Amino acid sequence: MTTLTKPEAEPRPQESEHFLSVRDLYVQFATEDGTVKAVDGLSFDLDRGKTLGIVGESGSGKSVTNLAILGLHNPRNTTIAGEIVLDGQELTGASTKTLEKLRGKKMAMVFQDSLTALSPYYTVGRQIAEPYMKHLGASKKEARDRAIEMLGKVGIPQPQTRVDDYPHQFSGGMRQRAMIAMALVCNPDLVIADEPTTALDVTVQAQILDLLKDLQQETGTAIILITHDLGVIANTADDVVVMYAGRAVERGTVRDILKTPEHPYAWGLLGSIPRLSASVDVPLAPIPGSPPSLLNPPSGCPFHPRCTFAGEVGGDRCATERPVLPEGRGSACHLTPEQKRDIFIQQVQPRLR
Amino acid sequence: MSEQVTLDQPEDTAPEPAKDGASGAGAGGGETLLEVSGLQKYFPIHGGFIVKRRVGDVRAVDGVDFSIAAGESLGMVGESGCGKSTTGRLVTRLLEPTGGKITYAGQDITHRSRKELAPIRSEIQMIFQDPYASLNPRQTVGSIVSAPMEINDINPSGGREKRVRELLEIVGLNPEHYNRFPHEFSGGQRQRIGVARALALDPKLIVADEPVSALDVSIQAQVVNLLQRVQKELGIAFLFIAHDLAIVRHFSQRIAVMYLGKIVEIGDRASIYERPRHPYTHALLSAAPEADPDDDGRERIRLAGDVPSPINPPSGCRFRTRCWKAQDKCATEEPPLVQIGGNVAGHLTACHFPEEPTITARKEDIVLDPALAAIEEAAEETP
Ligand SMILES: Nc1ncnc2c1ncn2[C@@H]1O[C@H](COP(=O)(O)OP(=O)(O)OP(=O)(O)O)[C@@H](O)[C@H]1O
Ligand SMILES: Nc1ncnc2c1ncn2[C@@H]1O[C@H](COP(=O)(O)OP(=O)(O)OP(=O)(O)O)[C@@H](O)[C@H]1O
Ligand code: SF4
Ligand code: SF4
Ligand SMILES: [Mg+2]
Ligand SMILES: [Mg+2]
Repeated sequence: MTTLTKPEAEPRPQESEHFLSVRDLYVQFATEDGTVKAVDGLSFDLDRGKTLGIVGESGSGKSVTNLAILGLHNPRNTTIAGEIVLDGQELTGASTKTLEKLRGKKMAMVFQDSLTALSPYYTVGRQIAEPYMKHLGASKKEARDRAIEMLGKVGIPQPQTRVDDYPHQFSGGMRQRAMIAMALVCNPDLVIADEPTTALDVTVQAQILDLLKDLQQETGTAIILITHDLGVIANTADDVVVMYAGRAVERGTVRDILKTPEHPYAWGLLGSIPRLSASVDVPLAPIPGSPPSLLNPPSGCPFHPRCTFAGEVGGDRCATERPVLPEGRGSACHLTPEQKRDIFIQQVQPRLR
Repeated sequence: MSEQVTLDQPEDTAPEPAKDGASGAGAGGGETLLEVSGLQKYFPIHGGFIVKRRVGDVRAVDGVDFSIAAGESLGMVGESGCGKSTTGRLVTRLLEPTGGKITYAGQDITHRSRKELAPIRSEIQMIFQDPYASLNPRQTVGSIVSAPMEINDINPSGGREKRVRELLEIVGLNPEHYNRFPHEFSGGQRQRIGVARALALDPKLIVADEPVSALDVSIQAQVVNLLQRVQKELGIAFLFIAHDLAIVRHFSQRIAVMYLGKIVEIGDRASIYERPRHPYTHALLSAAPEADPDDDGRERIRLAGDVPSPINPPSGCRFRTRCWKAQDKCATEEPPLVQIGGNVAGHLTACHFPEEPTITARKEDIVLDPALAAIEEAAEETP
């Protein structure tokens, strides 16, 4: 048994240019029913060693955004516009070959569903070793040693023997660890984790999120963590982007988003979840209505059909004029800063305790 | 398969006359509606190529005792595969118990046949996790919600259609949508249809198995509020199964924590969430993510590995392979579920070496995960 307390993260020097910059990203799919505007003008930045949390409800474009960064969309039915700059390199126009080179080496991913992400036909060790040989030109022996090292690092017991197991011989938590080992084998600068722990039990989720965090401190990797769970965000993210209907509706530090959120959708999200410490006599405050269609997104502010505060904005601006998300900390909402502050303090905050 | 597991009835083993949780800490202090004792469900595992032989059992539920008072909500938490759904399906008698006893409103229903169950079928209803799979896509909302009345040949005054429209209104759906099909509704609305169907026969007990976990966060709250209204206003008792600890706390007056087919701790809400004694309850609470970026002063416990298989559960205490307090006794002697010193009546714990009744941070975190421990130790040595 080991018991210890965690050291504080040391502050990293601020870099002048962001390691990853996404600007005005649009991703659209041509489907039988029409064009799906899955990502509709999204911008965010991420620095080395930092974790960006992306939250938002199902279908808000979280996964599509990240598949665009990785260059994994099928070009036949997908239109991508905007800028994705990774370490100075533009990715939206990059060739399939360039992207393939970057994947695994410079950027890597951890998926929610380890059973579909890992091939059932190859041993876990071989799947971890593969990118190491491919990208770093390592020999078979070197790559196998590296796979064992990585398995040990992510906490697989007896890595020397488990390296020859097939994925189905691993439990769910072990497969998720193996996927993290696979993602980190080439020391990537960017790891994209899409709901990496959603399928796991909470005690295992806690182990794996802490592991990801600890490994990040060791290696300085930047992480994009996609989740619908604000609790997971609170524990892991430095900065947060809140998405709704393919757009970022609010952006800020994790404290900004969880302690002083500005956007009515973010208020709704926070009011929807019960807390372990909150009074049980207060009913939850759900967001009325249901998620929007992306084939036919609402005009103006996409949240307006569900927004309780649209009336506070003059005229029908909420239904006609698209609110802009400012650079840096801010929210895409027509309410004035004073209104946002007052509504939050008077109507939202009291419910969160 | 190493030992015959026998059940510990609380009344036999409790040092003080703790009786059952329900009487001690029931919400309305109502009379016992459901009583479950020594409940077991083993699923046989068959092997062999030509002749299928029984080679073992999945001990999905292995000796469970609890009771639910009329109008009360008992929450049931625990990790995947610990037997929550199986317990729910035993109580609703969708499954035949392997052993133990289920008493509903004073009647032994443990091995009642379908036909014998008919008189109480309408009183125990179930709400399922998946609002997509649990509704027949070819039936209209009207026929889905009235089906239980048809099956049980119940004709409310004013007719079935009128009753269905009332029910749709109760769950917050437009009664005009009577003739629509499930695919025309969103996930949250479909779950409301499921609730309306469950309410059709004026049930006294609803078993809700993960009723909101398939729904979007923003929609979950709508359904939780609806269920809560139903529970309070109609006085319906609930067995509320979920893995989300905060939702269970919000919804239930009493909570049972399960691990590998057993209840390891049961008690009123405050006891379980603020003064837990079982190490597993501590670990579970510590792992629950809270949407608060500040260090909330809770203890940090990180277990190692996954939950072991229910096919061959550890001897003695089933949590011992992941427990930081385990000693020799834990491997040989199964801890009984009893009221231990310092617990209030009705708060029962199955542990030989229970934890202090607090969840505040310890001097040192408990980190059992070897990978985590190694990295954190290294980071501490090289500041
Ligand atoms: N290949 C595709 N063709 C057409 N539509 C697609 C495609 N991929 C995704 N979409 C649509 O784009 C929208 C955004 O999907 P995305 O997977 O990014 O959502 P998400 O935010 O990750 O949701 P979840 O939380 O459910 O994973 C959805 O409406 C989805 O149906
Ligand atoms: N029909 C069945 N045949 C064989 N094994 C079963 C059957 N139903 C359940 N089991 C097994 O019994 C155990 C308990 O399952 P159960 O579904 O009750 O767990 P649970 O607590 O509801 O888990 P979850 O949180 O994943 O829903 C599991 O190991 C499961 O694989
Ligand atoms: S712009 Fe209007 S509709 Fe949109 S979130 Fe703000 S107040 Fe609500
Ligand atoms: S009985 Fe022993 S192994 Fe089980 S929880 Fe208590 S201390 Fe841990
Ligand atoms: Mg997704
Ligand atoms: Mg279940």
